Amino acid sequence: MSDSELLKAKLGLDVFKPGGEPHIKIRPGMEKDPRLLQAIRLCPAGLYSAAQTGDVVLTIDGCLECGTCRYVCGDEVLQWHYPEGGTGVQFRFG
Amino acid sequence: MEKFDVIIAGAGLAGLAAAYTLAGNGLEVLVLERGDYPGAKNVTGGRLYVNPVRDLFPELWHKAPLERFIVQEGAVLMAKERSVAIHYSGHELRAEPHQSYSILRAKFDRWLAEQAEAKGAMLLTRVRVDDVIKEDGRIVGVLAGGDELRADAVIACDGVLSLVSEKAGLRAPGSCHDYAVGIKEVIALDPGVINDRFHLEENEGTACLFIGEATHGLFGGGFLYTNKESISLGIVIGIESLLETESSPDAPALLDAFKQRPEISPLIRGGTTVEYAAHVIPEGGFKALSPLYGNGILVAGDAAGLALNIGFTVRGMEYALASGYYAAQAVLKAKEAGNFGNESLSIYQQYLEESFVLKDFKSFREAPAVLSNPRFIQHYPELLGDLLAEIYRVPTGPKDRLYPTIRKVFTLAEMWSQFKDLREVTRI
Repeated sequence: MSDSELLKAKLGLDVFKPGGEPHIKIRPGMEKDPRLLQAIRLCPAGLYSAAQTGDVVLTIDGCLECGTCRYVCGDEVLQWHYPEGGTGVQFRFG
Repeated sequence: MEKFDVIIAGAGLAGLAAAYTLAGNGLEVLVLERGDYPGAKNVTGGRLYVNPVRDLFPELWHKAPLERFIVQEGAVLMAKERSVAIHYSGHELRAEPHQSYSILRAKFDRWLAEQAEAKGAMLLTRVRVDDVIKEDGRIVGVLAGGDELRADAVIACDGVLSLVSEKAGLRAPGSCHDYAVGIKEVIALDPGVINDRFHLEENEGTACLFIGEATHGLFGGGFLYTNKESISLGIVIGIESLLETESSPDAPALLDAFKQRPEISPLIRGGTTVEYAAHVIPEGGFKALSPLYGNGILVAGDAAGLALNIGFTVRGMEYALASGYYAAQAVLKAKEAGNFGNESLSIYQQYLEESFVLKDFKSFREAPAVLSNPRFIQHYPELLGDLLAEIYRVPTGPKDRLYPTIRKVFTLAEMWSQFKDLREVTRI
């Protein structure tokens, strides 16, 4: 298994409850910010990736709500909220 | 409009400890939790040290759903191609009351919430606190799930990011320097296999910390705790350290590399990963603590930055429980005085200063700076590994005398550097 397949398999073990709007959004115009490139490396769920255009894309499914990207990117780059109550990851062990 | 005595944001250890204490004293307490159940959003390494908080909740411990009591402590200096381990076991760790237990938060927090509810606290799950209500410079309630909920006091126990304290204007988002990210797998394994593999009897447990290559030489370390029917295995990495080392593997790959180390892989062989989790952890110690109170608001647990890494022990949960307890005591005192203002709630800080909580944080205020010395993580594991490799080596020809062998590793320059490191360590 490749690294990304392995990670997907791990995230597949967790319980996620779907919500409405993505709770973390890249602010418009910030898609190429270098801090987002760091988030690609640091996100424990591997949710940030670079598109061919050089824009960084965030896929919110599988977010562990750990908070790392908020420290790495800050408020300028990300609009960061927790998901709505009763949605998102629900740890069964923790 | 409904008004409570106290609203608590977050049903983690701090929030539930506060709710349990306040409800036990007859106050009307509302706990708001955004997860499906208490613990649903919470992650630990982890282990709880019970001694400092045993007497704060005397009725709790005999029935608490803890995992295993820890009777063995391990510390492994992990070099690239070898490792040196310290294994400690002592009869005091086997004696009751046991000092520490491994713990899984989804189970424990849910149970603790039931205890708080039995005391009369009201718990609402699946409710996210979106904002605080501020009137005349004072926090008088929260906005949650579209409702305006009011209280004499709000306790922010919403974890390391504490968006509630930010909304209240108590703190700004923290700096990468003061935070680490923990990444963990829970690996299910037969209890009998765990006992055989780790030399444990019945409900005994082991705890082990790893430094060095566990994190690819980055600031942080690895950890392993045995639970009843699983192993918690993970790494903690300083966010700043990971940012500055662009050559390092991605965070998820660091955990995979750790799992594949020969020191680790036989320990988890045959196990099945049942959960993958991650969470940011406060690592800045005393100097990075957030303001603990404001007008009508108190902050407890990770939300205040109350986690403390001093190398051999990594602690947070008992500080969360104790700060929740003392926040409750402060509210009780404020209620007596009929004043929930800044000055009245400042007694919370005093309670924490008189307790083990801030005494520990002050005693170990230099620990984060001293432990961030990269030599501890990158150099000493290699040095000790090299030394032992030489000592144990039997070559094809004659073996060198031991003293010159040791001196080959411990050169004068090396010893001078060690002296300087040691001088720093005396600050802890």
